[in-house]
Amino acid sequence: MSIRFRVPFLRALTRAFLLSLFVGVSFAGAQPGVRLGLIYGEGGKRPGIYVLPVAGAYGDSVRTIVMRDLDFGDRVTVLPKTTALATPSGPAAIDYGAAARLGVNGVVQIAIITGGATLTLYNVAAKQVLQRKVVSLTGTVYTQPWRLSIHGVSDLFEEWISGEKGVASSRLAYVAEGRLWVIDSDGANASALTSAVRALSPNFSPNGRSVVYAALEPAGSAIYVTDLRGASRRIVPPSGLNISPTFTPDGNGIAYAHGDDFGTELYVVGSGGGTSRRISIGRGSDNTSPSFSPDGRRIAFTSGRSGRPDVYIADEDGTNADLLAALSSSAQAYRSSPDWSPDGRAIAFQSQLDGRFQAMLITLRDRAVKQLTTEGSNEDPAWAPDARHVVVSSTRTGVRQLFVLDTETGRARQVTVAPGARLPAWSPRLVP
Amino acid sequence: MTQPFNFFFPVPEYVMHRRHLGAALVLVALSLGACKKQVAVAPVPTSPSTAPAIDVGAAARRAREQFVRDSIAKAQAAAAAMASAAEVANLRAILEATVLFEYDASDVTDAARTSLDAKLPILRTNSALRIRISGHTDSRGSDEYNLALGLRRAASTRKYLSDRGIAGDRIDIVSFGEERPAATGDDDAAYAKNRRAEFEILSGAEALRVPPR
Repeated sequence: MSIRFRVPFLRALTRAFLLSLFVGVSFAGAQPGVRLGLIYGEGGKRPGIYVLPVAGAYGDSVRTIVMRDLDFGDRVTVLPKTTALATPSGPAAIDYGAAARLGVNGVVQIAIITGGATLTLYNVAAKQVLQRKVVSLTGTVYTQPWRLSIHGVSDLFEEWISGEKGVASSRLAYVAEGRLWVIDSDGANASALTSAVRALSPNFSPNGRSVVYAALEPAGSAIYVTDLRGASRRIVPPSGLNISPTFTPDGNGIAYAHGDDFGTELYVVGSGGGTSRRISIGRGSDNTSPSFSPDGRRIAFTSGRSGRPDVYIADEDGTNADLLAALSSSAQAYRSSPDWSPDGRAIAFQSQLDGRFQAMLITLRDRAVKQLTTEGSNEDPAWAPDARHVVVSSTRTGVRQLFVLDTETGRARQVTVAPGARLPAWSPRLVP
Repeated sequence: MTQPFNFFFPVPEYVMHRRHLGAALVLVALSLGACKKQVAVAPVPTSPSTAPAIDVGAAARRAREQFVRDSIAKAQAAAAAMASAAEVANLRAILEATVLFEYDASDVTDAARTSLDAKLPILRTNSALRIRISGHTDSRGSDEYNLALGLRRAASTRKYLSDRGIAGDRIDIVSFGEERPAATGDDDAAYAKNRRAEFEILSGAEALRVPPR
């Protein structure tokens, strides 16, 4: 972007402008780019947040979506609707006394205006407006793009409240009945991206605009990239085995596993196709399910090189491969399906315990392993862009469904209601 | 032997399956041809001919009779080499018989060897046959890694056959991992049925021949 401006002064101005957009327009005379402070709950508890009624024909829907998003974000306690705290009319302040009596720490106000909304966050303890910003809302009311822009509002409020942007404005891809689907993070707008092909292993491009997947065809498997309207193009033609594709972090390449008579190895091909380059050194073993570190320099993958499937990490050229985690004496040696967290600090994977897979995560700094699930079988963990939530395919209700887990609290919520949903992937945030 | 190929009439319905149609038509044509010749020569031995023609006629008749006998023998030999409908069904069943594997393994088991050894002579005798082996797994492993394991099973099965003289380029391999279970359920019986390699005939089965004993 900055290469458009040759004059250093203009470039600096542009940077300052972009930065102010990123942090939101601060209120109460603060310097642009300086955060005023976050909202804290009492005694280290999560802040209690109240979302004021939203005026207008579809105000109730907006309020419901935002309340649910903030709840799903797991960083605040969303307080139930009450008549004791009213939306102020015009520029008047909210009733801080009433809010304090209800145990509210922060108040969220959304005023719908033409083409957008004015967003306000009140800090009850300080009795002041913490943040205010006008945002645009896109799309026809109640459609998927419109809901996405409301989710963007939720993510902004979550950032104002907690310092961390939410992930409501992201979507999930998964496989159900052999087709590829996408669904909003709150479980709305499930839609099929492909017809009845045997699709497997979707993964989003870093810009969230396309999905790479494998398809099992009669003569072998192939790799495709599709946009979110379902227009697919083939990247790797069917020959032997071509599975478990994932974009490189820069979006320019696709790593995948290719199998023939001599084993299954990891390869990288350009995101538009072309010649493939081998990146694993398996010496005849089976190597699948690649996942890159955010800087693209390391790669985690499943390998059977020691006899049983286990998770390894290696340099992106396949050298310096190491077992990710030592086996505890009680664990069975079947661990697979790694997913590197977006902040680079942890890897989620699955480990077989008592004959069932459970989702685990390992912190790379100290190699501490944490078990995320116990109920049913829980497979193919995939990180949310916040590096806090993980989606898994779980049999806890009988049929495989997607569940989102909060790795901090262990809270789980069901996302899909499908006849078997599996192999989930999480998009980046789709509202900047 | 007045109706040497009578056992093909009427043609059983399953013979008329598209894949068998070619073989059936060839056999029908052969048997019709043989019958026609018989009908044509049948009156010759009883034909009351005039004396001057007898000497010439006798030689021609003997030659013609010999030709007819040779033709019948030739047709019978060809038909004998070509499998009957029941034999074709049997050959296909042997070729398409599934082989099973142990948990998380791709080694060809003793039971699988017996099944594969039975396929070998059929593949040797019918050199136009091309097959596809698909590898499958039970549902216990990872969906993605199981695809690699399925391919390994298909590859080790192909290697067993190619090590015994069946050209590798006559055999395609493919993997479906745990995506196409033969048996549903989460128990050992279902798992055992699903750890398998399946065989599909791609081409060259239009005129299957029974291997020599």
